[in-house]
Order: sequence, then structure tokens, then C-alpha cells
Amino acid sequence: MMEFYFELPLWLRLTVQGLAVIAVLFPLAGACSMAERKVSAWIQGRPGPSRAIVPWLAWIPGISLLQKLGVFHFTADGGKMFLKEDVAPGSVNKFYYYLAPLIAVVPALCTVTFVPFGAYWDAATETMKPLVLANVDVSMLAVFAVASLGVYSLILAGWASNSKYPFLGGVRASAQLISYELSMTLSVLPVFLWVNAPGGEGSLSLIHVVNTQAQPGLWGGMWYVFLMPLSAFIFLVALFAETNRQPFDMPESEADLVGGFHTEYGELKWGLFFVAEYAHMFVGSAIFMILFCGGWHPFPWLPLDTLLGWLGGIAPIFLNPVVSGVIAVGIFLAKLIFSIFVFMWVRWTLPRFRYDQVMKLGWQKLLPLSIGNLIFYAVAIAIIERS
Amino acid sequence: MATEFTVPDAGAKTAAASQEFETEKMSLAMGPSHPSTHGVLRLQLELDGETVTNCDPVLGYLHRGDEKIAENMTYNQFVPYTDRLDYLAPLANNAAYAAAVEQLADIKIPERVQAIRVITSEMARVSSHLMGLGAYGIDVGAWSVFLYTFTEREKLYTLFEELTGARFTTSYSRIGGVSRDVPEGWNERVLEFCDQFLPILDEILKLLTRNKIFMDRTVDVGIISAEDAIGYGLSGPNLRGSGVKSDLRKDRPYWGYEQYEFDVPVGSKGDCYDRYLCRGEEMKQSVRIIRQAIAKFPAGDYYAKDAVRIFAPKKDKVMTSMEELINNFMIVTEGPQMPAGEVYFEAENPKGTLGFFIVSKGGGVPWRLKIRGPSFCNLSILPKVCQDELVSDVVSILGSLDFVMGECDR
Repeated sequence: MMEFYFELPLWLRLTVQGLAVIAVLFPLAGACSMAERKVSAWIQGRPGPSRAIVPWLAWIPGISLLQKLGVFHFTADGGKMFLKEDVAPGSVNKFYYYLAPLIAVVPALCTVTFVPFGAYWDAATETMKPLVLANVDVSMLAVFAVASLGVYSLILAGWASNSKYPFLGGVRASAQLISYELSMTLSVLPVFLWVNAPGGEGSLSLIHVVNTQAQPGLWGGMWYVFLMPLSAFIFLVALFAETNRQPFDMPESEADLVGGFHTEYGELKWGLFFVAEYAHMFVGSAIFMILFCGGWHPFPWLPLDTLLGWLGGIAPIFLNPVVSGVIAVGIFLAKLIFSIFVFMWVRWTLPRFRYDQVMKLGWQKLLPLSIGNLIFYAVAIAIIERS
Repeated sequence: MATEFTVPDAGAKTAAASQEFETEKMSLAMGPSHPSTHGVLRLQLELDGETVTNCDPVLGYLHRGDEKIAENMTYNQFVPYTDRLDYLAPLANNAAYAAAVEQLADIKIPERVQAIRVITSEMARVSSHLMGLGAYGIDVGAWSVFLYTFTEREKLYTLFEELTGARFTTSYSRIGGVSRDVPEGWNERVLEFCDQFLPILDEILKLLTRNKIFMDRTVDVGIISAEDAIGYGLSGPNLRGSGVKSDLRKDRPYWGYEQYEFDVPVGSKGDCYDRYLCRGEEMKQSVRIIRQAIAKFPAGDYYAKDAVRIFAPKKDKVMTSMEELINNFMIVTEGPQMPAGEVYFEAENPKGTLGFFIVSKGGGVPWRLKIRGPSFCNLSILPKVCQDELVSDVVSILGSLDFVMGECDR
């Protein structure tokens, strides 16, 4: 089976992998919107969506449990969005109006190609081989570069809608995303200073970061969230701002801007914005987990390799490439889901900042903090390397 | 860390910036259909960037001509219309209107009716403030607060339903009494509600009161000085938030409010945060009043004996007794006969001072009925407060004024 797959031509393999990403990420975004409603219901003490059911399936015993969990709302919502009439207001600039949601989705999905999402046990070399679509050496840079293209969609949507509330939303979006990009980039630099020995060949690869968190010893096995808590904190705050999540959801703050940049959007075009938002959340959380929480390694000081080695001693099935791959992806996905849950938790708990407070926080607090953080770690790492 | 350098600070008054280069101002219609104008208020804003340079409230989208309607129906028939004034506290509106007409007819209501009115009015205050608090949460982005307060409000509405038969538009008070007596065990259930409500209220307030983001959004936003508050005719928590200790329940006690012990919370600065704090504290004081009122709940009738010319007789009496039948006929067709004269009565309602000015020329129909809606007066200060604030602050100010358009437009 595995051999057959690797004998396929490279282009076919990449196409299959790319389609797999879309096939996984699109439903995941839908499931996220479902989870958002369920989590908010849980936080607010109400049952949440629990009515929808697929016609003619209600007789299946036990299906009412799925119904209570609201599983079918996810398909119902998605189906509704696909089947709705495609309406565009008469006053919009049609070309850019339709372009904006596409620009939102494409970069969001593209970034996934650079994110390693697991590893499998390679019996030949007795090491973990990472699972990633595009194993480039600059994956961190590539993710930042492509993800920040998403801001164009908000500006375009705000401008093309030819309406005042979307316009204000678009202006806020552009200012906010640019402000937080800086602190976000600066906050990850200490991590790469730490993983790259001076003088040697450097790397911005995310896989490299994961591997350095799984080395033996007290320092080697430490996740960077313990080593650089401030970096992790700044990254997380900037991530909230970059994904336009509460308390930073300025571009779409529904209390004052009605719907912000997507006020004039409906049906699937509106849905695409949310697919993009959730995809950004996914990728952002994945980067956070990779940089600071050890990627697919289950616990600090306990890398997956070691764990699989022990388990393989008990049952050799754990050293099977497919089984080990599923375990790694599963651990990574569990971390992601927890992170998404934190996003939702914060959203339904905290009030929203005001626009100028967001800008003040970004420029006057977060940026100096991240610069100071960078300088501190640069000096500290230089001292450690010399001694 | 931060120096004197100020960043793209949209909050700063942009007057200096606009002198450097000429910018075009944007006209933005906020409402009548907008998530945070609480109904159908429309604010015609003139924006410089995101700073409001002019705010022009446009009212009347919910105008139903309640005052004119009152001139075309008998005194009794108008009670359900008072439900629709401040539709978040109909019990208090009913009672205030009934009290005004009672003053005209010179009826003394029994103590039991007074106690019932006090209890229901205070419950209405709690329910109205809960709604205001939750909606304010949504305005500043804290969604869950709304759901928590709504749950408590539903419990109150269940109690209202037991008492009046309706959850929302209660039409409970009658001129000279109330429509029916308190059901058995109702008072105990109200006390049970009070017992479980206070800890929950504390929990809800804890979500906001010391929340850094909430304080950023409300402290020093929309400051109304005490002089302005009096000058613009503000009343209720909005006036007290500005530090004016004025509460009709203390200043001009009616329904025996003088026998209850309660405090009047006042703010110090008059910003949105003070108004929010006042509302939170007022709910606790209302619970205090309810407990005292129930502790010494008087026995007696639920209507005034000398109100027989107004209060429609019991149905079984109408069917069996000639006197009662004629009385009923006269009250239904011509309305309760009132002496000629003018009265003005105002009650401390959840939103502020609700006043009824009735001019009667005798007969069963008011010649003129003027309603002083607190929301209308409270909104009058909007152009002044919103000047030079941000669009987001306008939302924050609107929420803190806690108005109801049904009462404002009437």
C-alpha cells in the first residue's frame, strides 16, 4: 500500500495531498462554526443548536444523541450556504466584490501547505519523518508572507461594497493587521535565535523547531512556552488580533459597524470569509503549537519517538508508519482543538476593545515589549553560546 | 516604556490634525435599523475619520400617538397602552398611570395595593435593569452577560405570569387597585427568587466591573456633569450616575415608600461606568425593598372600596344584581366618571421619572393626557455627549443611557 503510493509520480502525489488538505480543512472550518455555536451555548448555559436532523434518518436508534450534539446543523448550514441564491447589491463593484472572498480563502488554504502536521516512524532510519506538503527551509517566512495576504480581502470587501459600514471595517482591518504583524514576527525571532547555532547553517524550518523541542536533557526537552513565556504570550495576543477574533474583532464589530466588512455579503461569499477566518485560526494555532508547545510531541521531556519506542517494545504495531503517523497527527490535532477552544472561550467571555485602544495596545505596549523580549533573548543566547 | 509619542490615536480630538489638511466629512446614518440603537433610534452622525463631529438624533420611528389615543378612550381602557411605553417594565408603568388617575379621582388605595405595587414595581425595576445590563454587555462586546441576565429575567417573567397571566404586557394595575389578588404562595416564591438572585447578580457583575477591557470602554467615556444632567432633564440612574442624589421614592414618597429602608446609589463622575454601577447597585436595593415589603405584607382588599365607580364590578355580581349590571354598563360605555381638574403624578420608574399629566373636563375620557417619558429626556443629551467621541463610544454611551424607544417616541 505504502509502496504503491510512493511509486506514484510526484505531481499526482502532490495533487492528492493538496486535495486532501482542502477536503480536510473545509469541513473542519464548518465544524468550527458548529463548535463555536456549541461552545458558546455551553458557556452561556443553553442547549445550543440541537434540532436539525437528516430526513428519513430519525428512525436510526441513537441518532438523537448526534442530533442533540448538533452534528447535522453543520451540514444543514453548509448546504444552506451553497444553495442560497447568489445576490449582489446593485451598488457594489462586482469584480472586486466577488474577488474579495476568494482572496480571503486562497491564502488561508495555501499556508497549510507549509505547516507540518505530524510525523511517522521510518523503520529504515529508525527516526520520525515529518509529514508536510511542502518541506521548504523557510516555512516560517512563507507562512507569514502568504497569511498576511489575507488582509487584502478585507480591504477589498470593504471598498467594493460601496457602503459606509464595510468601508470603516475595511479601514480598521488594514490598520490593525499591519500593526500586529510586526509584534508577531518579532515574537517568534527568539525561538529561531535559540534553535539556530551561531556560525552554523541557519534554518527557518518549522520541522526543525519541533525537533529541537524533542532533544534529551532538561533544556533540550523543554517546550519553548516554558523557555520563552513572553514570546508565546505576545504571539498569542497578536494571533488573536491577526485572526480578527474577539477582543480584537474591530473589522466586524457588530455592535457599532453592523457586520463590518461583510455587511453587504451573503450566502456562500459570506461563508467563505468564515472558512478563511477559521482556516487562519487553524494555521495560527498550528504555528503556535509548533513553535511553543512541541508540535506533535505529547508531553514536554517526553518526545513521541521515545514514547513510540516504548510502545513498540510492547506491540510492534505502533512502529507501523501508518499507525505512528495517525498517532502523531492525532496528538497534533488534539492540541489544535484545544487551542481553537481557547479562542472561542475568550470570544464569549471578554468584551471588545475600542479601535484606538487596539492600535495603542499594538504599538505602545506589544511592539516595545516584543522588541525588549528579542533583545533580552539575543543577549542571553549570546552569553550562553559563548560560555 | 511609552514616550510622549502618540500613535494613530483616533480618540484624540482631531481638530488639530484637520487644520493641516482638508478632509471630507462622512455622513453616517446609525439606525433606525442598527444592532445597538436598541429599537428604532436613528442617529445621523457626521464623522471625521471615526470621530463624531456632529450627532443628530432622529426620533419618531415608533410613534404611535399614545397621547392622542388616550383622548379617545376611557381611563380604564388606556391601561394596556401604558404597557407599551417602557415595554421592559410594564408593571411599573401601569401602576404609575393608575396612581395619576387615582389622584384625579381622589381615591385612597388600601395598604395591600400599595405593597403589591411596590413589590411589582421593584421587580419590574430589576427586570428592566437586567435587560439594560445585558444589552450593555452586547454593546461593548460581552455577549454572554446578556444570556446570563436574560435567564434571571425569565425567572422574573414566570413570576409575573403567575401574578398577572401575561409575561410581557401585564396590564396589572387598575385605577383604584390591581386586577387580581396575589396568588397563594407567590410572595414566598418571590423571596426564593431574591435569595438565589443576589449571588448570581454578583457573579454577573463580576464579569464586567473590574474587567480591564470593559473599564477601558466605559470609564471617562460619555461624561455628563451634574449641571448638564439636571439641565437636560435627565432622571433615574442616568441622573444619579452624574452624582445627583435624586430619587422620587425618597424625595416625594408614594405608595408608602417612606417605610422601607434602602439606599440611593450615586455616581461620582457621570461616565458610562458610573451609570452601569448605579444600575447594578439599584437592583440590590430593589431586592432589599421587595424583602421588606413582603415581610410586612398587609392583609385587606386588593382594590379600594371607594373606587366602585371606576373599578368594574365582579362578573358574577354583574350577572345577578341590577345595581351592579347598570354600574358595569356605565363604566364600560361612558367610562368612569371623573371630576374636572388637572393632575400631574410622576413615579420613579426603572428608566427614570415617568410622569402623567391629566387634564380632565369631567366624564369618562381625559381631555388631554401628557406623558413625560424618561427615555425621551435622557436621549436629549445625546448630541452633547457624543460630540468628539468615537463611533464605538457612541454605542457605549447609548447603551449606558438605557433607553426604550417605545417610551421615547410614544
